[in-house]
Amino acid sequence: MQANFFLFRVIRPNCQRTLFNGHHIYGRQATEPPEIACAAHRWDAASDRYSWRSPLSTRSVTPTRPDSGGSADLAISLKALTKRFGQQLIVDGLSFTVNRGECFGLLGPNGAGKTTTLRSLLGLTPFDAGSVAVLGHPIPQQARQARARIGLVPQQDNLDPEFSVAENLLVFGRYFGLRDADIRARIPELLAFASLTGKRDARIDELSGGMKRRLTLARALINEPDLLVLDEPSTGLDPQARHLIWSRLKALRAQGRTLLLTTHFMDEAERLCDRLIVIDNGRAIDQGAPHELIARHVEPEVVEVYGDRAQRWLASLQMPDDTRVEVNGETVFCYTRQPQPLLASLQSMQIGDGSLRFLHRPANLEDVFLRLTGRDLREDER
Amino acid sequence: MTTLAFPRPSRRSVPVLRRQFLVWRKTAATTLLGDLLDPLIMLLALGYGLGGLLPPVEGVEYIAWLAGGLICMSALWAPTFECTFAAYTRVAVQRGWEAILNTPLVLDDVLWAELAWGTIKALKSALFIVAVVLALDIAREPTMWLIPPVLILIGLCFTAMALCFTAVARSYDFFIYYFTLGVTPMVFLSGVFFPMSELPGWLSSLLSMLPLVPAVELVRPLVLGSLPENALQHLIHLAAFTAAAIWLLGVLMRRRLLR
Repeated sequence: MQANFFLFRVIRPNCQRTLFNGHHIYGRQATEPPEIACAAHRWDAASDRYSWRSPLSTRSVTPTRPDSGGSADLAISLKALTKRFGQQLIVDGLSFTVNRGECFGLLGPNGAGKTTTLRSLLGLTPFDAGSVAVLGHPIPQQARQARARIGLVPQQDNLDPEFSVAENLLVFGRYFGLRDADIRARIPELLAFASLTGKRDARIDELSGGMKRRLTLARALINEPDLLVLDEPSTGLDPQARHLIWSRLKALRAQGRTLLLTTHFMDEAERLCDRLIVIDNGRAIDQGAPHELIARHVEPEVVEVYGDRAQRWLASLQMPDDTRVEVNGETVFCYTRQPQPLLASLQSMQIGDGSLRFLHRPANLEDVFLRLTGRDLREDER
Repeated sequence: MTTLAFPRPSRRSVPVLRRQFLVWRKTAATTLLGDLLDPLIMLLALGYGLGGLLPPVEGVEYIAWLAGGLICMSALWAPTFECTFAAYTRVAVQRGWEAILNTPLVLDDVLWAELAWGTIKALKSALFIVAVVLALDIAREPTMWLIPPVLILIGLCFTAMALCFTAVARSYDFFIYYFTLGVTPMVFLSGVFFPMSELPGWLSSLLSMLPLVPAVELVRPLVLGSLPENALQHLIHLAAFTAAAIWLLGVLMRRRLLR
């Protein structure tokens, strides 16, 4: 206690520092003890300033600000959010909550309203009705204070091409009111997390797609966010890069951070999300844990049949009563509780020339997604 | 998000401005050359070259008469390029503003950083002409000390105007409208190169509504050693134009980025 008090007194003069004070920074750098340089700034909503948080404090003691609305356990509370563009209803009475420390997925086809919902959460777009609170801050009234505690990985990379990898982190950290010394102290750790240590001085156009994504993720962590919002974090990445991103997101989740992600990769959602919501046309269709949704909406087993003869096989077969069949192109999907009769029939028809192939697998989230949102193409993404 | 509010200045613009400085530092040599050399060549070519053939204009040597106009033209050119093509790249191509808006900064902070940056560029280019005028002994009047504060207002005005066009631009080609219909007529017909009295009356009064005319009316007498006539009227004209452009910029940019 004594020691903490002492540290507090040492740090105290800095507490009065106002949000941005670039011209002091170079002068101060040399004189500050290293442990102070590692301290993180925190937004003080009451005085609308950043204040210091001791490096000795842990994430779990991050004080919860007085709530206006949502419960303290909720990272996000969205009630009856409605948003129109002209005559078009983009989000239509959408409600969901995200608990602190969980990974929550926002799933839906293109044009379902995912990005608009995220922009509403960040206070970047006015909405027509409903109430939104993020980390206890009502939006849009305290959007700036909320954003101080959010890290965002946008759908399209918007790294600054004028700068190197490390400069990108430095410049972005300043937007959060962080001091240069603190940012510089954090850069090696962030680069290591993103597996970019060797690229510290590389230009942005020298990075691969996967590296840019990882740098964007590192940049989103510069302010030690309580909530990380990821808009399609692995779109456009190769499998290796995607797996690396997933492992990093799991690590962040294990640190107790809250993750909100949109995706249309169902394996990604199934792998990462504790809970998720499926939306279409701006409305919630269902929400729950991935396994709950699978149990609720589709039969537990799937037999997929491909090839020229799949249709003929389907016509020749007396389908069991509890089996549901969907045909998409030349693939036949059989959703069932009893796959044995189907498998027996398929095996008897195997002639080894590849014109009839099949796959027997457990039902997954993609089956749920297609069941709930249909198989039609969506081309109307705003 | 009050969509019609006047953009509020804040110290939160400082880190955005520091970003601009950091970028500028990397390309300083080439931009300095372009920003500074072009108006300098114009001053030498027109002032000495053409000026040698001309009788005194409004009672003074042409190069001294021209200097005040070129200072203003410089304060128009520099922020116009910076805040059309370059700013459009930052907003629409690199999407840098979107990244900034995901932090605790708000759009007004970014706008004021851009306004400040354009004004600084205007000052830098225009003051270089002032330095040349002093160095070549074209004019050395004590009233020239009043030029920098006036240039801040002039630079801010042209910065805000350029950013308004950036706010509605959907491609680089759009800026041709501003350059052909706005910048070029202003530069050539606002009394920079010849007195407004040479123009037909209707054209002269039309152009007098645009801000380059009051700018030249303010700066030229200061170069020539006298205080401008109707200074207050010209200052109010410029300030009103500036305020209107900044307000419009706020409305247009919110419509572009925060819809």
